[in-house]
Amino acid sequence: MTADPTQPGFANPVAESQASFRAVMNAMARPGRLHEVGAGLSPPAPLHPATAAVLLTLVDGETPLWLDPAAGPARDWLAFHCSATFAATPAGCAFALALSLPDLAALPAGGDETPETSATLILQVAALGSGAPLRLTGPGLQEPAVLAVDGLDGAFVARWADNRALYPRGVDLVLCAGTTLAALPRSVTVEEAG
Amino acid sequence: MPDSLPTENGLGNTDPPAARRRWMAVLARADAGQLAGLLEAWGPAPAYRVLRGPESGLVMVRGRAGGTGGRFNLGEMTVTRCTVRTEPSDQGQAGSGTTGHAYVAGRNGAHAELAALLDALMQDPEQTAGLHAAVVAPLAAAQDARRRAVAGKAAATQVKFFAMQTTR
Repeated sequence: MTADPTQPGFANPVAESQASFRAVMNAMARPGRLHEVGAGLSPPAPLHPATAAVLLTLVDGETPLWLDPAAGPARDWLAFHCSATFAATPAGCAFALALSLPDLAALPAGGDETPETSATLILQVAALGSGAPLRLTGPGLQEPAVLAVDGLDGAFVARWADNRALYPRGVDLVLCAGTTLAALPRSVTVEEAG
Repeated sequence: MPDSLPTENGLGNTDPPAARRRWMAVLARADAGQLAGLLEAWGPAPAYRVLRGPESGLVMVRGRAGGTGGRFNLGEMTVTRCTVRTEPSDQGQAGSGTTGHAYVAGRNGAHAELAALLDALMQDPEQTAGLHAAVVAPLAAAQDARRRAVAGKAAATQVKFFAMQTTR
């Protein structure tokens, strides 16, 4: 083992990973709703607590993780606490961690008969609940929801439309900022609100 | 277990991974009470924080028939692991602390934590020799004595079938 982690993970791994799993599950079921996770975590820079909590909960040795080069400083921590294996290219990953919007088409979208083999993108943004509002419609939303995201690339709406067109294939997205997360499953349609 | 108990107490081997492997083995096999007592006698426990654990799990122990045959699963054994990191002390300790790991047979979390702490402390070059003399060497000696006692008891029951050869 060459990893030299300097920060602890969950203080109470069982309860905290169950709680954050539940938050991710509910976030996927109700797109755009904000959930609190990761309070009390002190992950290494540049990870936010919510991002770290999602990774600790979902990633293990059987799910290759693709790391945005900007998240390189957190690599040792992830290798130690998640037993993560790292994918060399986005195409080989099951989870992708990004600090800025990557090319969604480069991530595995699954197959028409195996849509579950697609990747889940964990995208860390500046803030949730403030910033540019997005209008969400689709399964899980009786009425259109509005999700405000600060720090999301302007090209996101167009790229997400391409991803939405692949359904039932496509990438699922978890947005994290601070100790807040929201999720956009591949079934949701995103427009700029205004 | 394939590797034998360390019988020499000196720091003769200068290869750092080998030396560390040896003290980690001694700490893992040590009696938890003796380990705690020796560490207390050495000095006040320095500040540290737990990065992971102590947590217990199962590992599969594998063996080879005759040492050369095909591998088979012998059985599962309970192992407790712990990882700690020492805090940089205000006495001007270099760097940002060291990380120590321990894997201990059984369920004794306190033992795993102490062994991990000692592993972290021993990686500080200024403390290696002192800690080795104060803690690791006595533990190794105790383990060696225990092993010799068991081996002696077993040897006393040895039956020599070729008695004529031995009396010749």
